[in-house]
Amino acid sequence: MIYAIASGKGGTGKTTVTASLAALWDRPVMAVDLDVEEPNLHLFLHPELTGEEPAFMEVPERDPKRCTLCGQCAAFCQYKALSVMGKTLLLFPEMCHGCGGCLLLCPEKALSPGKRELGRIVSGHFRTDHLSSGREEDAGFPDAGFLMGRLRVGEAMSPPLMRQVKARLPQGQSADILIDSPPGVSCPAVNAVMDADVLVLVTEPTPFGLHDFRLAVQAFRSLGKPLGAVINRSDIGGVGIGDASVQDFCRAEGIPVWAQIPYNRAVAEAYSRGEVAASAVPELRAMILALMARMQGAAAASQSASATPGEVQHA
Amino acid sequence: MREIVVISGKGGTGKTSITAAFAHLASTQGGAMLCDLDVDAPDLHLLLAPDRREEHEFRSGFEAVINPETCVVCGMCFDLCRFDAVQRPSPEDFLGYGVDPLRCEGCKVCVQFCPAKAIDFNEKHCGQWQASNTRFGPLIHAQLFPGSENSGRLVALLKKEARTRAEAQGLSLILCDGAPGIGCPVISSLSGASQAVLVTEPTPSGRHDLERVAELCRHFRIPASVIINKFDLNLGNTQDIEDYCMEQGHAVLGRLPHDEVVVRAMVQARCVTELPATAFSESLRSIWERIVNLEPTAQARPELIQPTPNA
Repeated sequence: MIYAIASGKGGTGKTTVTASLAALWDRPVMAVDLDVEEPNLHLFLHPELTGEEPAFMEVPERDPKRCTLCGQCAAFCQYKALSVMGKTLLLFPEMCHGCGGCLLLCPEKALSPGKRELGRIVSGHFRTDHLSSGREEDAGFPDAGFLMGRLRVGEAMSPPLMRQVKARLPQGQSADILIDSPPGVSCPAVNAVMDADVLVLVTEPTPFGLHDFRLAVQAFRSLGKPLGAVINRSDIGGVGIGDASVQDFCRAEGIPVWAQIPYNRAVAEAYSRGEVAASAVPELRAMILALMARMQGAAAASQSASATPGEVQHA
Repeated sequence: MREIVVISGKGGTGKTSITAAFAHLASTQGGAMLCDLDVDAPDLHLLLAPDRREEHEFRSGFEAVINPETCVVCGMCFDLCRFDAVQRPSPEDFLGYGVDPLRCEGCKVCVQFCPAKAIDFNEKHCGQWQASNTRFGPLIHAQLFPGSENSGRLVALLKKEARTRAEAQGLSLILCDGAPGIGCPVISSLSGASQAVLVTEPTPSGRHDLERVAELCRHFRIPASVIINKFDLNLGNTQDIEDYCMEQGHAVLGRLPHDEVVVRAMVQARCVTELPATAFSESLRSIWERIVNLEPTAQARPELIQPTPNA
């Protein structure tokens, strides 16, 4: 099963929730960081990294001896990655999306596949036991998998790197996969969650949190996957700092609330020290375990033929 | 024309609340053209309550649509698509080949090479953009439709509009709220900017993401200075970030405390500087003064600004 943890607004607690879930997950698990622009999960899970490879996109290279400057490639390219200027064919590899159209089209075979580095794919494993309580029954699976993409600074396109990271995911049901997604609701975020079985949206009861949560629900609901909300800093509405509108919105839209995590400065401080919040703050541990059970329940329900996707009980 | 872009790498560090307060402070000193470049999840309008004067469609890119009437089910499109956007017909349905709009990159390869010319290529309506008035001056903003592409092109369009209109209205400052991350909309928002203001927090992810976004600014030769929000969450990390900034030649504009006033202001749709003075708002005022007084030529030099004393 693939579980994607996403949010519209950044900084609502995606990585805190993902790291906590990964540390406490009660089945074989792989934690995957698809926020390739700003991957952070490793800063909390402290995985032992065993592999790092560059990821490339195919971009055209030209053979000036063959090129007749006919300009068909430049006229075809939707991304303006090729252009005929005077007596040269100019290439702008950073504009290329790697569709391969120009190579197919060139009547002189003057273009050949070259490459541009998108970033790195880093793999390893993390130990869940030292992160949790230390009790034997909580030991978890000592060699949980870890995978992340890290976009090259200056590279504009994150979805192609994300696709290559996703191609490395283990097939079949050998391990559950937890995906830490990028913030937002446009192409990178959709790319991160589109192959997941269950979506978890992390939000907070503030005007920005609600606004971006609405956008996320709009973007992700049409994917037809079971979806639940985690309301972080859930009580700030009650004490007159935030507002209660996220809870109201979930109720009105029939979105199940899988966890409500009250504000706790200890969580923010544990985070600032690079610790897994659920291990550092005992109150959080039970909430994350309950969230895990709800996520697994939603996955099981959507698998059984009788269940309608999205039909899960309210918390 | 001066163009300041507020970005952060990591989301949720306080970019928008800080930008809105700067907009307030700028409005008392000659005003600024305001611009929300986080077109994916824009929030600045929630604090500025814009009065929308103009609304325009944003059309960009294309998507392939297979016409089932003329499709000869040869599978050429499936074989050529590099983005796995073409879906094969399944034995149970008789719908033929289809294109998943979420995966289609609009590259036109399938359209070009379809032997039956059965694939249409339709322009995409990706979002809306607006020109508005706010209590702090004009605002250019947009909303990309959820799940849409081409955020970089929309950002470029907004910046172009902001520049033209600023000039026409005699405004010498453009103040932009940027998107999280370091990808296409952020790169687009830095293009032509005179200065980037990086908002970070003293956490491992705040630091990590600051380093990447600062490297991006160096890559594009945009001078970048830094604000450390929630500095009191971890004083050791705050000090480390300031040391890093000094080493790398990024001016530290100041520290802001972890204060619930930010959320209180947000709930009232106000800026922190519009509420009664707090340590947070006073620090923010002095940070704004520093930004205003940054000499463009001195920005690239490391030694110029000392960190603010604790708020």
